[in-house]
Amino acid sequence: MTATSPTPSTVTSLTVRSGRTIELLLLVLAVGIVALAYVAVNLTVVGELPTHVWWHVAVFAALAGGLHLVLRLRARYADPLLLPLATLLNGLGLVMIHRIDLVPGQLGTSGVASRQLIWTGLAMAMAAVVLVLLRDHRVLRRYTYIAMALGFVLLLLPMLPVIGETVNGSRLWIRIGPFSFQPGELAKIAVAVFFAGYLVSTRDALSLVGRRVLGLQFPRARDLGPILVAWSLSVLILVLQRDLGSSLLFFGLFVAMLYVATERTSWIVIGLTLFASGAVLAWRLFSHVQSRVTLWLDPFAPDQSDQVAKGLMGLAHGGIFGAGLGNGYPYITYYANSDYIVASFGEELGMVGLFALLMLYALLVERGLRTAIGSRDGFGKLLAVGLSFTVALQVFVIVGGITRVIPLTGLTTPFLSAGGSSLLANWIIVALLLRISDAARRPISERRQDPSIDAAERAEALR
Amino acid sequence: MNTPVRRLALVVFAMFTALLLSTTWIQFVQADDLRDRAGNRRTLIENYSRDRGAILVDGTPIASSEPTDDELEWLRRYQQPSRYAHVTGYYSFTYGAGLGLERAEDSLLAGTDDSLFYQRLSDVVTGKPASGASLELTIDPAVQAAAVEALGERRGAAVALDPRTGEILAMVSRPGFDPNALSSHRLSAVDEAYTALVEDPASPLTNRAIGGDLYPPGSTFKLVLAAAALESGEYEPDTELEGGLTYTLPGTETTLPNFGGAACDPEDRPTLAESVQVSCNTSFAWLAGELGDDAIREQAEAFGFGEPLEVPMSVTPSIYPDELDDAQLALTGIGQFEVRETPMQVAMISAAIANEGVVMTPYLVEEVRNSDLEVIESAEPRTRARAVSGQTADELTDMMELVVQQGSGQAAALPDVPVAGKTGTAEFGDSGAAHAWFTGFAPADDPQIAVAVIVESATDNWAGETGGQVAAPIARAMLDAGVQR
Repeated sequence: MTATSPTPSTVTSLTVRSGRTIELLLLVLAVGIVALAYVAVNLTVVGELPTHVWWHVAVFAALAGGLHLVLRLRARYADPLLLPLATLLNGLGLVMIHRIDLVPGQLGTSGVASRQLIWTGLAMAMAAVVLVLLRDHRVLRRYTYIAMALGFVLLLLPMLPVIGETVNGSRLWIRIGPFSFQPGELAKIAVAVFFAGYLVSTRDALSLVGRRVLGLQFPRARDLGPILVAWSLSVLILVLQRDLGSSLLFFGLFVAMLYVATERTSWIVIGLTLFASGAVLAWRLFSHVQSRVTLWLDPFAPDQSDQVAKGLMGLAHGGIFGAGLGNGYPYITYYANSDYIVASFGEELGMVGLFALLMLYALLVERGLRTAIGSRDGFGKLLAVGLSFTVALQVFVIVGGITRVIPLTGLTTPFLSAGGSSLLANWIIVALLLRISDAARRPISERRQDPSIDAAERAEALR
Repeated sequence: MNTPVRRLALVVFAMFTALLLSTTWIQFVQADDLRDRAGNRRTLIENYSRDRGAILVDGTPIASSEPTDDELEWLRRYQQPSRYAHVTGYYSFTYGAGLGLERAEDSLLAGTDDSLFYQRLSDVVTGKPASGASLELTIDPAVQAAAVEALGERRGAAVALDPRTGEILAMVSRPGFDPNALSSHRLSAVDEAYTALVEDPASPLTNRAIGGDLYPPGSTFKLVLAAAALESGEYEPDTELEGGLTYTLPGTETTLPNFGGAACDPEDRPTLAESVQVSCNTSFAWLAGELGDDAIREQAEAFGFGEPLEVPMSVTPSIYPDELDDAQLALTGIGQFEVRETPMQVAMISAAIANEGVVMTPYLVEEVRNSDLEVIESAEPRTRARAVSGQTADELTDMMELVVQQGSGQAAALPDVPVAGKTGTAEFGDSGAAHAWFTGFAPADDPQIAVAVIVESATDNWAGETGGQVAAPIARAMLDAGVQR
C-alpha cells in the first residue's frame, strides 16, 4: 500500500460530482414507489385510504430526506445509490408489514408496521449519528480489539440468565422489560470491524509465509489460529444458541475477508473444509439440523413443519406476475412479516417483483464492493467488503432457504423483515459504507487531513 | 486487494443467480403443481372466493354455492344429500374437492378449466366476479329416487343406463353420507364428520357403483359365458350342455352343486337357453372348460373388462383373472373365484345386449354451461365397442326374458312391459354368505333402460337371500320408473 500524499494539481482542475442531486432524485423516486405501494395496499384490502397511511408516508419521507441532508453536510461525496436503495427496501418492508397487519377480519393496523416505522426512525437516526460522529472510518481501526470484545459480549448476551430469551428454539434475544433485542445483529458489525483491523495488520504474515502443497500456498500452523477462533466461535453460536443462520453468516464473513486480505485461495479451501466438517457434525448431532435438511430435500415430508411447504405454495400462488399487493394470502405462512417476508413479496408481486427486489439487493452489494475497490486504505477496503458481503450472504441464506437452494435457517431479510435490531444494524452498515465511499470518492484537494491516522498509515507502509 | 474483491463480486453474482433460478423454478416451472397440491389453503380460499358452478338434475340444483357473510364468502350446499351424495361428492374447505363430480370436474366447477378461458378473460375485462361452470346431468330423478328408496338401508349399489346412448340414469351407493357435513364452515365439526366417515367400517365414502373393492359377479357372469358360446359359432341357444346334479372340479375332489341342489334338466342335458333360465351351475362350469379362459376373457373385455373408463369419475376396471387352472376356470364360469366386477360394468353388459350388441360409453354430464348459461360443452353419445353380434344379442335377450317370465328373476317382471334380466347370488369368503345381484333391461323389445343392482349380504353367513328375492324387486322399481320416461 502506498502512502497517499496530496499532490498539487497542475493545469486542469477537475470538478468531481458529488452525486447528491442524483441521490435526491432517486430518493424521491423511492419514496414515491413506497407511497404508491401504501395506497395500493389500502385500496385493495381496506377499500379506502385511512389518514394514518399518509402519516406513515410523511414520516418516512421526512426520515429519508433528513438522512439526505446529513449526507450533504457531512459526506458530500458518498455513493449516491446506497441511500435510495436502502430507503426503497426499508419502505417496501414497511408496506408489506402494514399489509400483513391488515389481515381479513382484523381491519385496522395491529401495530407491527407502526412499531417498524419507529424503529426505522431510530435506525436512520443512528445512521445519521454514525455519519456525524465518525468523520473518518479509519478511526475505527484504533478499536480493533475493543470491537472484538464487544462482538463477543453482544453474541453471548442472550446466554445470560434473566435477560436472555429463547424464541422458537433459538437463544438469540435479550429482553429488558417490554424491550427485546437481537444483539447478534449488531455483533456482526463489531466483528467485521475487528476482522478488518486484525487482517489489515497480519495479512502479510498470513499470505506470504507457508508451504506450497498441490499448488496452493498453505499457511503455517500457528497462523491458523485466527481462522480456528472464528470457526469455534461459529460452532459456539450453533451449539449454544442453536442458530444455524448466524453461525453460517459469521463464518462466511470471516472466510471472505480473509481471502480478500491475503489473496490466498488456500484460505477458502481451509475455510470450506472446516465449514463442511462443522456442518456434517451439526447434522449428526442436532435433531433440529436434521429436520431442516429433511425439509430441504422434501418440503412435504410428513410429520414435519409445513413452513417451507406453505412458503412454496405462497410463491406458487404468486406465479410470474403475482396476485397483486393486498390480493394474496401471505399471512397463511408463518413469520410472513419477518423471516418469510420474501415469500410474501413473491406471492403478491410475483417472480417479477422478487427479481426486482433481488436486483435492489444486488445493486446495494455491488455499490458496497465498488466502494471497497475505490477505497484507498486497506482497512476501509476490508471493512467495506465485509459489510457488503454480510448483506449478500444474509440475503442468500434466507432467500435461498425459502426457495430451497439450501436448508432453511432463520435469518432476517435485511431492511425488509419486521424487527428493530436488524434495521438498526443494517442502517449502521449503510452509514459505514457511505462514510467509506465518501472517503474513496472525495477529490484529493478536499481530502481530510488527520495527522494521527496518516502517521499510523505511513508507519505501516514502511513496515 | 482489488483482484480478490472482484472475484468475490463474482461469487456474489453467482449467489444471486442461484436465487433467480430457484425463484423461477418455483414460481414458473413448479407453480401449477404446487397450486394443485392437495391441502393448498390458498387455492382453496381462492376457489372458495369464486361462485362455484352448480350441479343440476333436470334443471334443479343438487349442489350449489350460496353467498355467506363469513370470510369464505360461499357455502356449498347439497339439496338432496341422501340421494346424490356419491354423484356430487363433496367440496370441503379443509379437505378440498372429494369424490364424485366435485372432484372429477373440479376445474370446470371452479372455473379454472381451459375451456373457460375466454369467459375468464371477459370477466376480468367487465369486472364481473369470477364464477364456475354448471353441470346438467343425465340422471333421471325418478329412476334415481326409485333406486334410493328401494335399496333403503341395505348396503349395495345400483346403476341405470340408457342402453341406446350410454347416459347414466341413476347411480346409487349405500351407505350414503351427507356432503353438507363436510362443506360446512364450522371447521371443527367438519373434521369430526370426516374422521367418522373415514373410520366407518361400512366405508360410506366409497362409491360402490364404480369403485371400492369390487364384487364377485356370481351368476350374472353367465351372460358373458353365454355370449362367448354363441359368438364362438359352436353353440346355439338349443345346444345341449352337460349339466348334472353336481360337477366335479377338474383335478380335485371338490364337487360343485347346483343352487339348492336341484337338477337343471331331467336328462342332465340342459340347453344353453335352459341353463341361463334356471342359472344352472354345473352346465356353465362345464361350458367354461369347453370355451377356455382366453375366449371368456376376450368376451369380457369386449364388454369393457380391464379397460379404464371415466364417466367422468373413474370407474375401476373389472377383472377376469389370469393364469387359471382347470378348477379355477370352471369356477369363473359361474362368476366365482377371482372374477370381480363393478355394478357399472354389469349394467354395461345388459345395456350392450339391449343395444343390439353395441356398448355405448356411459356418461354422467349432459351439458356444461358457463355462468352466462351459454352451453360450452354438450355430450354426444359415443360407441365404445361392439361386444356381440346383433343376432347373439337377440338370442341373449330371449334367454333373459325367459329368466324373468319363468326363471329366477320373476320378481323383476312388470305388467304389460316385457323385461329381460339375469339374477346372481355371489358367494364371498368361505362362510357361504352371498351378495344378491340383478341385471336386466326393459322393455325387452324396445329397450330404454338397463340396470344393475347389488345388495350386499347383511350378515356374515348365508341368510337365504337370493338375487331373485332381494335385488330383482329393486331393479323392478328402477325399470318401472325408467320405462315411464
